[in-house]
This record gives sequence, structure tokens and C-alpha cells, in this order.
Amino acid sequence: MSFGYLRNNWSRVLDLTIEHIELSALALLVGLLVAIPLTILIVSNTGLRLPLLMGLSAIYTIPSLAFLAFLIPSLGLGRDPAVVVLAAYAQLALVRNFSAGLRGVDAQILEAADGVGMTKTQSFLRVRLPLALPVLIAGLRIATVSTISLATVTAWINAGGLGSLLFDGIARDNPSMILAGTVAIAALALTADLLFRGMEYLTPGARVQRIGRGRTA
Amino acid sequence: MPLSDHLPNSGRHGSRIEFDRVSRVYSGADHAAVSDVILTIEPGRFVVLLGPSGCGKTTLLKMVNRLIEPTSGTIRIDGEDIRQMNAATLRRRIGYVIQQTGLFPHMRIEENIAVVPRLLGWPKESISQRVDELLDLIGLPHAYRRRYPAQLSGGEQQRVGLARALAVDPSMMLMDEPFGALDAITRLRLQDELLAIHRQLGQTILFVTHDIDEAIRLADEIVVLRAGQVIQHGSPLDIVTAPADDFVRDLVGGGEALRRLSLIDAGSALNRNGNVRNEGLPAVTSDANLRTVLNLLLQTGTQKVTVTDENGAPVGTLGIPDIWSAGLERGTES
Repeated sequence: MSFGYLRNNWSRVLDLTIEHIELSALALLVGLLVAIPLTILIVSNTGLRLPLLMGLSAIYTIPSLAFLAFLIPSLGLGRDPAVVVLAAYAQLALVRNFSAGLRGVDAQILEAADGVGMTKTQSFLRVRLPLALPVLIAGLRIATVSTISLATVTAWINAGGLGSLLFDGIARDNPSMILAGTVAIAALALTADLLFRGMEYLTPGARVQRIGRGRTA
Repeated sequence: MPLSDHLPNSGRHGSRIEFDRVSRVYSGADHAAVSDVILTIEPGRFVVLLGPSGCGKTTLLKMVNRLIEPTSGTIRIDGEDIRQMNAATLRRRIGYVIQQTGLFPHMRIEENIAVVPRLLGWPKESISQRVDELLDLIGLPHAYRRRYPAQLSGGEQQRVGLARALAVDPSMMLMDEPFGALDAITRLRLQDELLAIHRQLGQTILFVTHDIDEAIRLADEIVVLRAGQVIQHGSPLDIVTAPADDFVRDLVGGGEALRRLSLIDAGSALNRNGNVRNEGLPAVTSDANLRTVLNLLLQTGTQKVTVTDENGAPVGTLGIPDIWSAGLERGTES
């Protein structure tokens, strides 16, 4: 094992990294477009929360290779089926955290928002959303990190990205190539994790919690 | 635009609130939370809704700003049926103070106080000026503007809650056990300040509590509730000296005689023997109540106290016999 491949082919690794980011970002975007309406649905209809989360957990348990293979007849190979699978897996982390965050806002504070004369929209945008924000971003962070690592497997159906280095490396018996892919994926996931942690830290809701701890300590 | 243009109530009296056969039934409950309440709150009165938990006092209060809608009956503010008004518009006209967590934890103190003026679209300079005025009114330093609620003590937070409710100088305030979570000393101080603010601004206040002592200290009128019904409506002295039934008697409970003393001020029980000499006796002002005076006598071990007017000039003396006879007179007059 050596870093030879990474040293000699860094521009290809960089291209694949960008491809990997594109694939993950697209999958997250599609995932969000589905998760946001689902969250709104179960926050306003609490009875649907448990059945929906159980359904999303069931999806999460499908082995990734099986899921990808299952979609080949209808969507073929390439990026499209990869986006579908990654977006579907991300639903559990997104919807569970989004709904937990919004439900976790103190009912008395929401009543105070009504009491001072905020409309439903004002109450949501000025009180509920900012207070839920740390948990919402945490959900996005978990979904992002798991999507980045899962996006490795989708190289198996020619969706591109850093997974190609792993599969090619295995096929050509080139450990240095496998190492390059592994390192790049890990670096990407860690960077994303740090980025979102920084965002969480900067939200007003998180700042309030720090003040609260400081007072009681 | 001068600030006063945003405060249409300035210099005006409070609102009249009428409950006309108001009921509220929760599904699955065996009796109505509020049952057929007929009640008129006159403008500028400080009215306390008193009763044990589950008596319907909070439900009654929250129906005024439509956080809860009545099952039947009508509530009118200054003659206008509140169902005819937009709920958010109605609420911006009514100051609302609740226990403990009413402040928005992610907003600075200045943002919390400015919530309603912002909703009403006041210009920035007017809001800023008003925040300063309100901080002065509730006795908090201007340096608190940039702090968050979690950085303040419970009493300070409740002052901010009061300032937020007073921001647009509403003609009425709804207060739901606002001092319930505070320690006794802070509670007494805030009660006094609320009374002073009420004297100064003259808005109608509807105040919910289960604490009889708090009710007696604050109220012009007390409305005693049980199982959603009004059991008695009268002045604090009426409630203490002539309870309508055993329920009210139990609520007023022990220490009744002492409570009666707390309703009589030193000026009215004064022994005006003309021979006023300040012999180094402890002094009280004539608006202090007899309970305070008795307490002072017991603490200092003196026979008498000097009673002074608001300028500190002595007007008479007060001893145990005077307190005793004043308590007896008032106790038997009704």
C-alpha cells in the first residue's frame, strides 16, 4: 500500500471528488424536496408520524446493492437510479430529525407567539424554525455524511464518483488506487461533517443552549 | 412620526370586557371548563380571577384573546364582539403575560420587547425609543438590551415579559399566573411595581392566580371560580369578610383575621390624639397596611409606631389596641 496513485493521479482524484460531490448534492437536493413535505405532513398530523418513520426505516434496511439492482430494469444504469436510491436512504435521517426538531419546540413558547399576535407564518418563521434550526441542521449533517459514503457503492452502476477508484482498484488488484479512493471519501465526509457542525454552532438556538449551560454551571 | 402616534391608548382609560353567557366544553370532559359565565369588567379595573387548578380561570382568560374559543356565548371588548375581529389583530391590542417561559429564548431582550411594535410595522427609531422607555418603566438597565433571556434571573425575565406586554400601551392586559414561579421576595416586589404601573397607565387588567394573598394584594375586584362557574364577585374585603359559601371560606382559609388587617391602611385606623411626638418610635407611612404595622410592632417590641404622611411628617400614632379595634370594626360591618 502506498500513496503513489494519489500522488501521480491527483487531478483524476480531484475530478472524481467533484463528481462525487455533485452526485451527493443532487441526491440530497432531491431528498430534501421529498423530506420537507413529508415533515410538514407528520408535524401537522401526528398520527402519521410513527407509520411513516417505520416505512422509512424499512427502506433504510434494504441492502444497497440489492436496491440498485432492483432499479436497473426501470431506470437503467448511471446517475439517475443512484440519485433515487441515495435520496430514498436519506429520508430516514432527514424526516426523523426535521420532525423531532420542530416538535421539540416548547409548546408554551409557541403559545406565546400566538398570544402576542403572530400569524401562523410569522410564528413558524420567527419562532419555531429558528428554535428548531440546530436539530434541522444536525439532520442534514447526518444525511449528508451517510449520502457521501453511500455514494461510493453507486459507482457499481456507473454513477461515477470516488467509488470508481475502489471498484477499479479491486478489479485491477491496485491497493494504492483503493487507498486513494478511501482517503478521498473519508476526507470529503469529515469536511462535510465539520462544515455542518460549524453551522449548527452558529445558529441562535445553539447559542441560547450554550448561554443556558453557562448559567447553570 | 412621534412615538405617541403609535400609542393610541396614551391618556385614555382601559377597555370594558363583557362575558355574556360564555361556556367552554372540552370533548371528553365530564363538566364544562367554563359554564355560562356572565361577567362585566369595568374599564381600568384590576380584576383577579381566583380559584384552585381546574376551576376554569385560565380558560376564561384565554378566551379573551381567542387562544381558546368559547363553545357558546359572546365576549365583547368595548362593546365589540371579538369573533368579528381578526384574531392576530385582536391579540396585538392586548398585553399578554404568562408564567416563566413566555419570552422567546433566541431573541435578545430588545427584540423580545419589540415583538409587537415590529408586527405592527413601527419604524426603527420609534421602536428603539420605546424599548428604552419600557426598560426605564420596569427598572432594568439599558445594558440589558443585547442580552438573551437565559442570561437574566427569573424576576428580571418576568419584568421583560411585562415590558413586552406593555409595548404598545394596550388598553387591557391578560396575566396568567405571571409571578407563580418567582421567590416570595421577588414576587412581592413585582406585585408592587405592577400596581404602580396600573395606577400610572390605567389599563384594564385581568389576572389569574390561585394565591389568595396575591389576589388580595392586587385586586380591585376578585372573581372566585369553581368548576367553571363564578361563585363570588366582589372587592377583596367582601371576599374575606363575607365569603359567599363554604368553598370561598375554605379558599380564604386560615389567617382570615390577618388578611383582614392587610386590607386596612394605617391612616384609617390612626389614633389622632393630637399629641404627636416622634419619640424615636419606628415610623410607617399612612398607606401601609395594618398587617405590616402589626408585624413591625412584634419585630421591634415597641408599643406604638409613628404614622407619617407621604412627606414624612408625623400625623399620629398607632398601637396594638388601635389595630385590634380597627380589625373588630371592619370584621363586623358586613
